[in-house]
Order: sequence, then C-alpha cells, then structure tokens
Amino acid sequence: MLILTCPCCGVAADETELAPGGEAHLKRFGPGSSEDAFEGYLFLRQNPRGVHFERWRHAYGCGKWFHAARSTTTMEVFGTYSAQVTEPPPEITAKIAAAGKPTA
Amino acid sequence: MKRYSAFAIAREALRNHTGWDRAWASPEPKKRYDVIIVGAGGHGLATAYYLGKNFGITNVAVLEKGWLGGGNTGRNTTIIRSNYLQDPSAAIYEKSRSLYETLSQDLNYNIMFSPRGVIMLAQTEHEVRGYKRTAHANALQGVKTEYITPKRVKELVPIIALDGPRYPVLGGLWQARGGTARHDAVAWGYARACSAMGMDIIQRCEVTGVTRDGGKVTGVTTTRGDIGCDKLGIVVAGHSGHLADMAGFRLPIESVALQALVSEPIKPCMDVVVMANTVHGYMSQSDKGEMVIGGGADGYNNYTQRGSFHHIEETVRALIETFPMISRLKMLRQWGGIVDMTGDRSPILSKTPVDGVFINCGWGTGGFKAIPGSGWAMAELMAKGTSPLADAFSLGRFREGRFIDESVAAGVAH
Amino acid sequence: MTTRLATGGRLLDRGRSVSFTFNGKRLSGVEGDTLASALLANGQMLMGRSFKYHRPRGVVASGAEEPNALMNLGSGGRFEPNQRATTQELFDGLEAASQNHWPSLEFDIGAVNSHVSRFLPAGFYYKTFMAPRPAWKHVFEPFIRQSAGLGRAPKERDADVYEHAYLHVDVLVVGGGVAGLTAARAGGLSGASVLLVEQTGHWGGRAPVDGAEIDGQGAEDWIASAVTELEAMPNVRLQTRTMGAGVYDHGYALVYERLTDHLSDKTGPRHRLWKIRARHIVTATGAIERPLSFAANDLPGVMLASAVRDYVVNYGVSPGDRTVVVTNNDDAYRTALALKEAGLEVPAILDARLEATGALPEAARAAGIRVLTGRGIAKVKGRRAVEGVAICAQAGEGAVLEEIKCDAVAMSGGWSPVVHLWSHCGGKLNWDDAGAFFRPDPSRAPTGADGTAFVTVAGTANGHLLTAEAIADAHEAGKAAAKAAGHTATRKAAPKATSEVEAPMAPVWMMPQGAGAALRQKMWLDYQNDVKVSDVQLAAREGFESVEHTKRYTTLGMATDQGKLSNINGLAILAGSLNAAIPQVGTTTFRPPYTPISMGAIAGEARGELFQPLRRTPLHDWHEANGAVWEPVGAWRRPYTYRKPGEATEDAVAREITATRASLGLLDASTLGKILVKGPDAGRFLDMLYTNMMSSLAIGKCRYGLMCSENGFLMDDGVVARLSDDAFLCHTTTGGADRIHAHMEEWLQTEWWDWKVYTANLTEQYAQIAVVGPNARKVLDKLGGMDVSKETLPFMAWADGALAGHAVRVFRISFSGELSFEVAVKANEGRALWDKLLDAGAEFGATPYGTEGLHVLRAEKGFIMIGDETDGTVIPQDLGLGWAISKKKDDYIGKRAQERSHMTDPARWKLVGLETVDGTVLPDGAYAVGDGVNENGQRVTQGRVTSTYYSPTLARGIAMGLVLDGPDRMGEVIDFASLDGTGTVVKTKIVDPVFFDKAGEKQNV
Repeated sequence: MLILTCPCCGVAADETELAPGGEAHLKRFGPGSSEDAFEGYLFLRQNPRGVHFERWRHAYGCGKWFHAARSTTTMEVFGTYSAQVTEPPPEITAKIAAAGKPTA
Repeated sequence: MKRYSAFAIAREALRNHTGWDRAWASPEPKKRYDVIIVGAGGHGLATAYYLGKNFGITNVAVLEKGWLGGGNTGRNTTIIRSNYLQDPSAAIYEKSRSLYETLSQDLNYNIMFSPRGVIMLAQTEHEVRGYKRTAHANALQGVKTEYITPKRVKELVPIIALDGPRYPVLGGLWQARGGTARHDAVAWGYARACSAMGMDIIQRCEVTGVTRDGGKVTGVTTTRGDIGCDKLGIVVAGHSGHLADMAGFRLPIESVALQALVSEPIKPCMDVVVMANTVHGYMSQSDKGEMVIGGGADGYNNYTQRGSFHHIEETVRALIETFPMISRLKMLRQWGGIVDMTGDRSPILSKTPVDGVFINCGWGTGGFKAIPGSGWAMAELMAKGTSPLADAFSLGRFREGRFIDESVAAGVAH
Repeated sequence: MTTRLATGGRLLDRGRSVSFTFNGKRLSGVEGDTLASALLANGQMLMGRSFKYHRPRGVVASGAEEPNALMNLGSGGRFEPNQRATTQELFDGLEAASQNHWPSLEFDIGAVNSHVSRFLPAGFYYKTFMAPRPAWKHVFEPFIRQSAGLGRAPKERDADVYEHAYLHVDVLVVGGGVAGLTAARAGGLSGASVLLVEQTGHWGGRAPVDGAEIDGQGAEDWIASAVTELEAMPNVRLQTRTMGAGVYDHGYALVYERLTDHLSDKTGPRHRLWKIRARHIVTATGAIERPLSFAANDLPGVMLASAVRDYVVNYGVSPGDRTVVVTNNDDAYRTALALKEAGLEVPAILDARLEATGALPEAARAAGIRVLTGRGIAKVKGRRAVEGVAICAQAGEGAVLEEIKCDAVAMSGGWSPVVHLWSHCGGKLNWDDAGAFFRPDPSRAPTGADGTAFVTVAGTANGHLLTAEAIADAHEAGKAAAKAAGHTATRKAAPKATSEVEAPMAPVWMMPQGAGAALRQKMWLDYQNDVKVSDVQLAAREGFESVEHTKRYTTLGMATDQGKLSNINGLAILAGSLNAAIPQVGTTTFRPPYTPISMGAIAGEARGELFQPLRRTPLHDWHEANGAVWEPVGAWRRPYTYRKPGEATEDAVAREITATRASLGLLDASTLGKILVKGPDAGRFLDMLYTNMMSSLAIGKCRYGLMCSENGFLMDDGVVARLSDDAFLCHTTTGGADRIHAHMEEWLQTEWWDWKVYTANLTEQYAQIAVVGPNARKVLDKLGGMDVSKETLPFMAWADGALAGHAVRVFRISFSGELSFEVAVKANEGRALWDKLLDAGAEFGATPYGTEGLHVLRAEKGFIMIGDETDGTVIPQDLGLGWAISKKKDDYIGKRAQERSHMTDPARWKLVGLETVDGTVLPDGAYAVGDGVNENGQRVTQGRVTSTYYSPTLARGIAMGLVLDGPDRMGEVIDFASLDGTGTVVKTKIVDPVFFDKAGEKQNV
C-alpha cells in the first residue's frame, strides 16, 4: 500500500487515491516514424528490477498526473516530480545514485 | 523410474517407505546440452518433457534459480479452462486442457485434474452478449461450452445469490470439462518424468548471462559455471524482462503483482469454479476444503510478490455479494505472485532476435491452465522452428498490430 | 480427567456462572473462561478430530497457536466454522460443536484412516488414484473432499455487520505483554502518538503466569500501573481484543478488532478492520512454545507446558491429576511448580538435557518433584487419552527404562519468537543457535518509502526470553520508534525487571534421538494436518529438499494455525534428514494475516446496497415509478424498457419503438458524457483527439466524431458541438465519460502540456432529454420559448434558448433517424422539463423509451454502437467510417498505429447489414462459417454478428456484422452457425447496414 506525495497539490496520497500509468518519459512516435520506433514507444518497456520512473495520476484527488521514481523491489520512493518534464530532475537522479542504484 | 501405483504404496508401506527413490535426480551441470531451458516452473518443465517425448530431444537441462515449481506454478488459483474467444487462444488452451485430461496417466503422477466445471457469470447485458459470442466461437473451435440460464447457474452453485442488489446474475458461460488441478503436482510430475528421460534439472542455479557468437546463442553463464547449448528457451514468468535483457533484446512486458487468498477449510459446499468478471473475483473450493479466491492484478510494476491490500478487499467484497455465506468464513492466508503482462494481455511464444533463443512468457494471470499446451507448443517451436499452436503468439505481432485480445468478450484472463 | 480446581484462576470471576452448550449438551463455565478452559473444567478434553486420520484430539495450547480445538460456533446467520476454543471467550448462550467427524466426536468412522495410516504417507495421493481415469472425479476426489474440510459451511446470510476504521499514528505497538506495554510507554513518553493493540482481552501477556518482578512490583501489579500510566497519556491509545493482522508496504498495517465475539449481546458491528498508517511499527508479539516430537505426542492430554500452566493459573483448571513434564529447557519447570502449588501431582520431570542445575530445577527438586535428566518419552501410553508414559534415554533408540502412570503430559521443546509481522513485508531472520530459533535480523528490516527500516521487534519476539532483557529491549525499541517518527527519545529510564536465571536449553528435535521408524511414524509435527516426522523424512528422501517443497508435499504448516507449532520442528527434521544446518534449509514465507480474519471484516460496510455507489440521473425516480426494467451501464442504471402492467419485456420494447417512429418518443439521455473543452488550443487539441477535423467546425454546428486509442482501435464516439471560438462540448458514450475525460487530461498533462486547453466533465450538470419522432417539433413548439424550425435550427445545429420557461440548449441531432432534438437543461430542472414534455406530448402519445429501443432504432438506421460493433479490436476503417477520418491531418491519436500491416490488411472483416433469408433474428454473437478447418482444426470463419434485433418497424430480424470482404459481397447468402449442436446453419444475406429510410429523409424535416 504505497503512499506517494503528489507534487501538484502536496498531498501525501494513499494508493487508493492514485491511478498508476506505467513507464514515464516515453517519447511519442507518430505518423512517419519507423516500425522500430513506434513499437518501442507503444509496447517495449524497461520493466526494471530496481528504480522505475513511472507515471501516476492523483485520480481521486487533484486529478493531476505526476512522475515518481520508485524501486520495484523495495518500494522505496526516491521522489515524485512534475509530469511536464522529459527526464527525471537532477536532485532525484543524484539521490538514486547516492543510494547506489542504477537509473537505467 | 519406479512406477507409482496403489500396489507400490502397499509394498512400500511394509518396509516403512524406505524404498522410494528420489522423484527427480539432483545432478551437477554438464558442459553442454542440446537444449537449455531456463526456468523449472510448469511451463519450462513441460517444454522439456515434450521436447523429449515428441521429438526425442533428451540432452536437455532445465536450470532453476530457486526450487522447481516455486514461481507462479505454485502460487496460482489452479483454474483450468479453455473457453477463450479468439482462435489462437482457444487452440492453445484447449490443447492444454485436453492434455490435462490424461496428464496423470501420462506422467504416472496424480496431478488431480478435477474437471468439475467452470462458470463465468454474466452480470451485465454486455457480458451476456460477450459470452454468447464466446459460446458461438467455442462451438466452431471444438471447445465444448454452453451459455446457461440463471436457473441452471443456481443448480450448479447453490450457494450463489442470483439477485445481488447491484449486479444480478443474468446467465453464464459453462464449460463442464474445465476445472482445477493440484498445482505443485504438475511441476513435480513433469520434473519426475523429465528426470526419468535423462534430462538434468538443476536447482539453485541462477543464469547470470547469455553468451552469443555473431547473433547466435552459444550458452549461458550461471552461478554454477558456464554451460553451452545450441538452443535456449527462456521460460521465466516474472523475470522475463531480466533474462531478455541478458540476451540483448527488449520485451513488450510489464511485471505486476497478482494476489490470491484462501479461507480456512470447510466441508464441501461448491462443486464448480465460478468467475465473476464484472466484479473482479473468482472462487473455487480446493480438495482440502479451502475456498480459493482470486481477483484482478495490481496496476504498478512490482517484483516483491506482495500486493496492495485494497485489491484483496475489493475481491472479497465482490465475492460476498455473489456468495453471501462466505462472509462468516475467515481468510487464512493471502499471497502474491509476479505476472508478466503483455501489450494485448496474451502470451508470447516466439523466436527472438537472437538466433537459437526462444521465449515463452507473458501469460499474465492465466498461465497455470496453459502449462501442458504451452510446453507442447514451445517444444515444437524449438524443435522445428514453427508450431501452429505458437505461431500467432509471436513477438512480431505488436509491430504488425495483430493482437490477440481476449478482453473483448468481457473476460479477464484468469 | 480434567476438572475445575477449588481455588485459583486469576482471570475468573467465580461468582458469575455462564451457561453454554457443547454438541447440544448444556454445560456451565465461569465468567472469564475461554471456551477451551470451560470445556476442560467440564472434563471435556476431547475437542476435535484431525484432518487426515481423524485422530481424536484434545486441546494442546491456550492461545492463537491452537491446532486442534476448532469449533463450529453459533447458529443460523451467526454460525461460524473453525473458531479456536482457546481464543473464544465464553459468554452466556454460546453454542459450540466439534468438527470433522461422523457420526459423532466420540465415534468417528473416518478414524479408520488412522489404522491404515501406514498406507497413507505424505503425498500418497500423488502416487495412486490414477486408474481408471474417470474414477478421480467420480470416486476418489468426492471421498477425499468429504473427509477433508474441518468445519461446516455456513448456509445463511451473515446476520452481523462490519466496519472499517482508519488511523494515522507515529508508532503502532503490536502486543500488550510487558514488552509491548514498555515499548508503548517509551514511545508515549517520547511524545509520539502511539496505538497499542493486544489480541486477547487482557494486558500483560505471559508475565503474570510466568512470574517476574518489575520495578519492585509483582508482574500483575506492574501491569496494572503501566496500563494506568498509559491510559493517562493523551497521545496513547490502547485497545484489547485487537490483533495486528498484517504489515504491508509504506507503514500500512491491518489491525483486526473483535467487538462482539465475546458478548451475548451481538448489537453493533461484530468486527472492525483498522487500516493503520504508522511511521514506525513495534512488534512485541512474544513467543510460542514448541511441542516435542515423541511417539503418540498427539494423544488428548498431551499439552504444551505453558498451556498447562495457563489453565491452572489463569482459569483454575486441572489438566489432570498426574502430569508428567517433559522438557529441554528450564521454563517448563514453572509448570511443574504451578501444578504442585495447585495441589496436583507431578510424578516426574523428564529433562532431555544431561544436567539441570538452575534455580528452577532446584526449586522443583526442593518441592519434592522427581527430576530425571537425560531422559525423554519413548511413547505416550493410552488410546484415546493419556494413561502413562514410557521413559527412555534421550540419547538412545527408545528402550523403555520405566513406565509412569499419568493422565497428562506437559511438554516444552523451547520457544520460537513470533516473527510473522516482521516478515510480512520482507524482514529477514537469523538462526540463533543458543535458543534454537529464528530471530529478526535488524540489519535486514522491512524498509519503507524512504528506504529506512519501519519495523522494530521488541522483547521476547526479538529473541529475549528473559523478562529483564525483554523489558530493556522493549524500552529501547519504543524510544527508537518514536525517534524514527521524528520525536526526541525520552530520557526516563526503562523499567527494571528481575527474573530467575535460566540455564541454556538444548535443542531436541526428536525424542529419543535415535528413534526407529516405528516411533517416528507416531511423532506428530503438524497436529491438524497429521504430518509426522516420518512424513518429512520421506519427503527429504524423495528429493523434496527445499523447505517449500517439503511443506507443500507433506502439507506441514499449511493448516489453520499456519505452522505456528510445527514450522521449526519440521524444518529441523528436514535439515537433519539432509545433513544440513537449519539456516541452510531456510524458512518458509510468512503471509498475512497472523491468525485468520473474517471475510466480513475485510469487506466492511460495503455490502448490499452499499456494495458499490449507484449513479442516478435526475429522472431516475420517475423511471423507477414507471416500470423501468433496469440495466446497469457503468455505475449508472438506465431503463432497458418501461413495462406496463402485464406486458412482456419484448412487447414493451416494440411498443416504444413503434410509438417513436410513428409519433413521439422520449429518452433520458442524461448519462451521455458531456465534456467541455475550452481554450485557444481547443480546436488543435480536438483535431488530435478525433479522427476527423474538429477545428473547422462552425460555431453553432455539431459534428459526429470518432476517437481512437493510440493503438489505433476505435474507443468512443459522439457529437461535438462548437460553442464558441475557443469552446467545444464533446458528447461521449455513457460508459465512456469518465474514461474519455481522463484520456483527454492524460494527453494534455503528459504530452501537450504547453497547449492552452482546459477540460471539464459536465456530465452530471445537465439533464438531457431526447425528443424524437415526427411530432418532436410540435411538442417543443407547444412548450414554447424558442424557434426550433428547420430554418432556424437545421439538422446538426444547436441553439441556446428557453422551453416552457427553462433555459435550455437544444441539439438537432439524431441517433434514430427521426426528427430529433436533444434538450439539455440544468440537472435540477430536468424532472420538471420531463414532466412538461410528457404533458404536452400526451396528445401525440408521447412514449418514453429505454436503452433497448434506442439500440433497435439506431440499428435500423445502421448506426454503430460502441461496445457492440466495436470490441477493442475494431478500427474505424472496418466500420465503413472512412468518411469520418480526415485525410488532411498529419496526425491524430491512433493514426500511426493504423498504418501497421495488419491494420491495412484488405482481409480485415468489414461492416455490413445482415438479413436472415427466413426473416428470423440471427443469434447474438453468431459466426459465419467458411470452408474447412485451420491448421489447429478449428472451423474457418468469415464473419460475425455484432448487433442483432427484431425490428418492429420492418417486422423482421435485422443485424449488423463484420464480414470478410463484406461490402463487396452485397446480396450474397452466407451461413451462420447455430448452437443447436446439429450443424444447422442460418442462411443470411449480406445487405446494406442501413435498413430503414436509406435516404435519410425522416431526420431532415
């Protein structure tokens, strides 16, 4: 039963308030993109045993999407951050690195 | 292999059961094998078994990180059915179900296949139409199912409440030859049979790398040394992405927790398996008397074999609506397994970008029922490079947009 | 014979007798009894039958670990199977019945299994029952099922109610023994908010029975003052009859409170399930005594030494006149002393250790008890009750040195800390050689969201079996927990306890050590599931070397007590068989809950009407009062049709359709999704969202649009109205409103976050009524207030205005092919407008119609329905909707996906109309068959039915379906398979999907 702090409204939200949204920072490929690129975008996933950058929606709260960096093996949360970025902020990658965890 | 029988038990009883052999051997790994299967779960062991039985390939090793049958084979709710909508699914699950019918005799190991029947309840008009469609499809696929009335549902399951205030039971899809089996015994029975054919089942042997030579597999590195092979089958539900990563390709898979629970054992009160997909719950009664209950999967990536309690809550709630008497039973134990979910929630049995490497994964929440069929198809695929049961489940289908989507019939794939 | 002692029983109120029944017999106990102690007081040692061999069984333990004394409790709507007699408090009127026997507890046919037990070793069922094949299902399995299963199945609906409660605390302390009290006190004194829970009705745990001096007081007095002190702390909350059931990620704990199980008066909730969020959890859950494995250790009368002590001291019950104590540690001597003090005979203490010279053994000797060291029990004598013990050398093979008559045996194999809650969320264990138990490894604790440990174990549960050490440990644990929760640890000192020094225990896994096969076949490890030492050894011999294999093969530890008594003993036997050290064999996983919790409590209040919330439209009550046959659509209920008294459902549907086509129908369309999309980039956004061009839509106009998923499949449809330059109102399907709104937000927030668009789901803000039929305009004109003429409000236009005094927005759109106006009005005015429409429409025979009428009307016109023509695998191109896919746009959601090879395959099935040659209705879901079979032996198909209805308008069956090359095969007759099993086919002609008014004249007037 996770708790994630919504970076939009600041609420430390119980998992029952949240809707998971899968891997974060996927780059969208549209018409004209290669088969490889499109398949990668739509289906292939990192699915790491370790830190996962992922999307959540504060569905039964402020309704906003956000990102989280969470370990899939320990449930440790290295931070939550805005959904409106294309890569995790440096303070979070630094924290993950400090904990000795790979980020890829 | 010493045959099991009532006579053998009687004979052994007279000498205090000191004469039983090991069910499977515990060999040291050899330097190389024709085929290595990674993962000694039901699917991996069944693959090895049918490689030997159907294709005479017995120079096979099955490598297991922990103990055989210790993954999802030993963590599921043991439901067996083949009432799937889409042709490729119905084909492989029905093959599997029919192999289950005679598996105890084939393996000389009682896996307790119990064809007690499976009902999928229709609780919305949408489900009514979906299950009627499935019944039509099944009739043409050679899968015996039937769409039944609420009255018949009640006859089959006297403890059911047809008139829940929220979702009354409108009918059901009935597969009389669906049922359950003893999950551990399936792994043990295959393991014993593989061992008897001279295959090496090597437990506590973790694969740490896949070695390749110019795009072709040459072997694996393990915690018990390097082992060579011509062909490699990756059959490691819950860890598929990890192994694929070692072999150098990615998969359309996310791993999530699926939870289940059992009640304390009670005297027999339900003779069939009931699945209520609208409310996300399913239940059967084990031979021990426990009510075995499952629900939907958690939604986030997870490798801990623990889930979130609110899913248990939702499942129990739904089943109390359907079976009010269980309210006064007690939950004895809950647990979780890690399931691999693909982009269309159907499995992958496929060649891979690495020559000689084959993968079998992505069974999601429905793997147990598929074990014999999956092993059969995977063995054929590995031996011949193609298999009519497996070909539709290739990795390429996501790129082509050729999905095998079972959710369309209002079904969840348990 | 067990009996009530004349004096003693610290938990009893002897002045108050309590009446109850057991197997129909009226018995009496005393206030404060458990069901088990009351039965013992009545001489009833036999309390149940084992699972496999149906062996007669007495009570072994006095608490949650009890494997044998399980009862059917209560009756009717309050019947409950498998309740432990040891934890069930006695109340007036309690009804108990023993389980798993036929015809009676005393005489059980199933006990024949016991006599042939040598033929039923572990896993025997895997090796037999295989022939003949059908016999498993029809003979063997029913037999096995019938003899397994323990308690009876409840029959009636639960008469009780349950509830959930929630609490956030700094520190949750589980266990109200002296360690738990100490930890809670330290946490409370440090300023942390603390919840302390105790599973029984009493504080103090074992200390009052075992005896200890704390802060110069006797245990009982100290406990009372500690509870008083805690109750006075505003930041500490204490609850008895409340069990820590499970620990989950991020400090989530499940706590199970039993409110009325111990009362005659069952008013109010029976159980309350607490969901606790704790910053830190301290588990002070104590330890459980282990049985010893000697032959016939399952006879009624063989009990744990600590349980014997509990029955004597707590309940004033004698377990027997002559009790032999057998042990491998000093603690069991307390039992001998307690028995002696109660005036009962202890013929001997058999100590497996070679010497016993500590304070407790000396005290026993001083009390005149015979202490035999290096000795054990070769075999317990007796058939259905203990009659004596045969003594042997522990080091030997079981040669009998002496026989002693006795009627009870108190055994102690040492103690195992209760580490369940520590382990639930990943805490790891170390093997402790000195104590021969697993204890928590603090360096591998469960970690929380911040990566730090969130569980600390305290006291006995942490491996500190002596009171003094346990209390010191618990004080530190309480401080550490408070500190972890952000408080400054108290500087007050820990309570100081003294307890007798105990000599080390000696692990004894089998008694005697060299027992032969005959003895090993009589040594029970798991009482309930009938797993014996010989079974585990057999499993090891057969290669089930992993502890998980052995557990599953033998069923060791899988009974309702989940191995609380058997796990370590079984593990040790397995390790012994494999010549491995115990920690190398490992331990099984502990899963929640600690002891079984009721399903009712898990469900909580959400039952019956409260199971799931129901959404009601503003017209819901009218529908209800006018014969609505309800259909659940998402969380809504919609009228399927309105049945008049005596009318059949299908007749009602036909009547509604005919009335609508002929004159005037009314539909509650309020459930349709209404999403406002507004902002400078709204048009651009909708161009991405829909397959067609929305940015070019003129203000005041409507356009039908299709929405696809990024994977290319059609997911929703509806009419978009342009409200202003920067605002659009998007209608969605009933089921799609929330999903589509979320879909829009997802794209706006996570992909095009720089686009200036705002969305709002207005679905519930408006009632929407479709006014449909040739007389639709007339009824609106009658209401008056706005011009709805063809010229002012042409087809696919909308206008704001007023009708009968209500501010309305009228959309001139049609899902039936009729002249049709959808009138939106503020939700709270919906009913008034509906009533006025019915009034004004009376002269036209205004007829409300339901969802089925809606479906038939649209099918007659060949309009697709999401969920019927689509199923998540269908793309717009399959449905002849190419006209709604803009060719001018570079991109829309799903466009790239639709370029993949399978999506552009000309062999995809396409939408057509279908008419049976004989005019009947095609079966729902039927498939059109092709020639032959595929490579998997499945019949080749070439199409399927997606919608099929009886059309009252055309007086024949009509259908739509997807057919291979369908649009190119107009007029061709194909075969649809029926389900009658005879291979009958339904001859069906492929036709245009528009069955009625092909030119579209009716809607355009």
